[in-house]
Amino acid sequence: MSFFRKRVYACAGFYTVSLGTGRKEFHPKKPRPGIEHYIKEAGLGAIEQVKNPEHIDEGIIGNFIASRFCRQGNLGGFFPMVHPAFQYKPCMRVEGACDSGGLALVASVKTILADLADAVLCIGVEVQNTVKAVYGADYLAAAGWFSGERKNGHAYFFPDQFAQRAGACFEKFGYDRVRPGMAQWYANAIENARKNPKAQEYHNTTSDLYGTGMTQPSPKAFCEHINVFDCSKVSDGAAALIFASEEGLEKLGVDRKDAVEVISYAQVQDNLTTPPPDLTKLTTCEIAAKRAYERAGIGPEDLGVLEVHDCFTVAGLLAIEAAGFAGYGEGAAFVKDGHTKRDGSIPTNTSGGLIGYGHPTGATGVRQAVDVVHQLSGMASDYQIAFGSDRVYGMLSSMGGNDKTVVDMVFRKID
Amino acid sequence: MNLDERLFNVTVIGAAGKMGSGIGVLIAQEMAKLKLKPENKDNVYRLNLIDVNEQALDGLRAYMSAQLLKAAEKSVVMLRDMYRERQDLVENADIIDAFVGDASRVLNFSTDTDVARNSHLIFEAISENEKIKIKVYKKLNKICRSDAFYLTNTSSIPIGYLDEMAGLGGRLIGYHFYNPPVVQRLVEVIAAQNTTRELRSTAQELGKRLHKKLVPAKDISGFIGNGHFMRDGLHAIAEVVRLKGKFKYTGAVYVMNRISQDFLVRPMGIFQLIDYVGIDVFQCILKVMRTHLRDDSLKDRLIDRMVKDKVLGGQYPDGSQKDGFLKYEKNRPAGIYDIRKKEYVPITDEWKKKIDKKIGPTPERFVPWRGLLMDAKKEEKLGLYFDELKKMDTLGAELAVNYLKKTREIGQSLVRQGVAGSDDDVNAVLTNGFFWLYGPINEYI
Repeated sequence: MSFFRKRVYACAGFYTVSLGTGRKEFHPKKPRPGIEHYIKEAGLGAIEQVKNPEHIDEGIIGNFIASRFCRQGNLGGFFPMVHPAFQYKPCMRVEGACDSGGLALVASVKTILADLADAVLCIGVEVQNTVKAVYGADYLAAAGWFSGERKNGHAYFFPDQFAQRAGACFEKFGYDRVRPGMAQWYANAIENARKNPKAQEYHNTTSDLYGTGMTQPSPKAFCEHINVFDCSKVSDGAAALIFASEEGLEKLGVDRKDAVEVISYAQVQDNLTTPPPDLTKLTTCEIAAKRAYERAGIGPEDLGVLEVHDCFTVAGLLAIEAAGFAGYGEGAAFVKDGHTKRDGSIPTNTSGGLIGYGHPTGATGVRQAVDVVHQLSGMASDYQIAFGSDRVYGMLSSMGGNDKTVVDMVFRKID
Repeated sequence: MNLDERLFNVTVIGAAGKMGSGIGVLIAQEMAKLKLKPENKDNVYRLNLIDVNEQALDGLRAYMSAQLLKAAEKSVVMLRDMYRERQDLVENADIIDAFVGDASRVLNFSTDTDVARNSHLIFEAISENEKIKIKVYKKLNKICRSDAFYLTNTSSIPIGYLDEMAGLGGRLIGYHFYNPPVVQRLVEVIAAQNTTRELRSTAQELGKRLHKKLVPAKDISGFIGNGHFMRDGLHAIAEVVRLKGKFKYTGAVYVMNRISQDFLVRPMGIFQLIDYVGIDVFQCILKVMRTHLRDDSLKDRLIDRMVKDKVLGGQYPDGSQKDGFLKYEKNRPAGIYDIRKKEYVPITDEWKKKIDKKIGPTPERFVPWRGLLMDAKKEEKLGLYFDELKKMDTLGAELAVNYLKKTREIGQSLVRQGVAGSDDDVNAVLTNGFFWLYGPINEYI
């Protein structure tokens, strides 16, 4: 309570299937739903969980780059299409690359804290299968410093950015220590995704997941140091969540037991035009986690569930260190030893994460929040984990660019 | 003259056909890559794509654009490096467009063989008709440079014979791509006795640049690929004749197609494969081999009757399968041609069930070809599968084991006759060119 001047709650979480390669219903040459479909499906999925949606005061949508993938801007304009309650109410889109969803969460919470709204519908969306990955890589490169970095960058710009991090980790901590952790991260992600019917890897039937994760890279066709299994996939999807004040919950007709409390957040920005200070750590993520814990008055040991931004397996390992669960260079061993599995000491990315569920970029931060809320409120169905009474907190860490734009948010289960 | 110099000016004859167009795509890419090297900026590169059919050339233009785009998309990692100095090209899309443009500017589409006169390398991929081939070579030999090298895509006609008839003086080599050349890794390389050393080494170097698996074959009609495939097909047809009393003709075709696909874990059944190649092409190759090998067993009445009925198989321009022994719906077998009634009998579930019952089930360890294709333990799994198959007392197992024995015998006889240098070469052709999971000369039986 020390950080927020009043209580803020999150409820009515919902997300769509993450559509893309891996899903049986996905066919690249067949017509697929457009971005407005995803916005509506996720928005209604949340709205239909509250009794009185007319009391939602505002709509905030996180999206990275629909203007290129879908040639669509002005996404705030879709809220009144989702539900008439939004007609002539404030609605807007926020953007922070792959952390667009994270920023949408923060913008929603801030609006409530500022007493400008009692209830905000927060959506995140991205539709990326409109172009082949080779062209999508150009669009996603906008998460870096385009005019300063793109020309000399790799064809697959972001995979290469994290491949360089993997290479630096191999060099510093040893390939034989880091690589198994990356493969284990992949295996955990798929195992979790198999419990989540909406995950892009839900249909994955590979028997030897760890062996697959250890596949040798093909630098001529892709990147050095990482293989395609180290990467989150190209995804279409959306997620939605309602934030409300105490009064807002009441007006919406939501029982407190169906909500979780937002305890703190940290929003941290690094300079886009400078290279990361150290490739072997996520410096900005670490600052965000420390700040979020401090503001919540808790430490990593209080968390019962964690959501990190594993756009690449190596990012998952470094994020575990940044969140304070493993020391510098110890993330790989921590993961390999099973600590981040669903029955481990800190269940992480329990619905599959970005590798297993998918990474519809602008939706990811919101999807992470939905999963934390679902876990804490016991609504995670097949992928629900058990909570000890001493572990009533959950945290998400959402990252944009190469550790540039970060949002961490801490939630608490309601007694 | 080294290969880089030979690639200044290249011709593909029969360029609008399935094989010619694929060869064109591969060579165009190589030429464009050379053209992009700073030291070659003042050189003119020209790939003449010649076909007699003007309308087909229009189709070829569209095909080349689409294939070059695909190739550029696949090679974007390398292309970014090649275009590093071009500051105006920033995104992958800019670079891909630039490459397709550069490669397209190399192309010269024509119906006139005279445009080949300055070519140093000439690929020929016209129909498998030796009279036409000889005529074309004679004409080219008159107009082209005296040091031009010729690479023929023939899959059956002896190279030495073509060379001698056209008076090419050892400047011809067999360079047999598999369909489609852009995808299939295998190239059978057939040097005639008098093929020059320089051409042999040029062919080797080119294969390396194209990332192809080169398998040498002796200059004996049919070489390894068709030497095996024709006899493999004739075995299946002989079995149909033997089984037609028990299953009727259409049932026997179904049985042998299923045995070859499922029981032998191949990518497609033997009759589907003959349809894919074209029944008329199958007949034509048999004739070439029969003539040059003086082997009257390389003839089949059923094939001749199918061609007479104009039931030919082959493919439509969009790649979909034409009806042949089998009728296809969405590229899947849906009926079988009844040679007596001259019509297709539909494959119904009930009909299949009845026949399947007579041949018995596949072994319990059966996994379809696709399921094993990427499996790192496929050899071990196939070993256990065939062990189980051998122990089964069913007609299906008996037919499958006989088929395995026959294909091994065919393979071994190709080695004995010197067509293939080794068992490995036979197996390489069948696994790379026909996508078999295992070679015909194996330890499974």
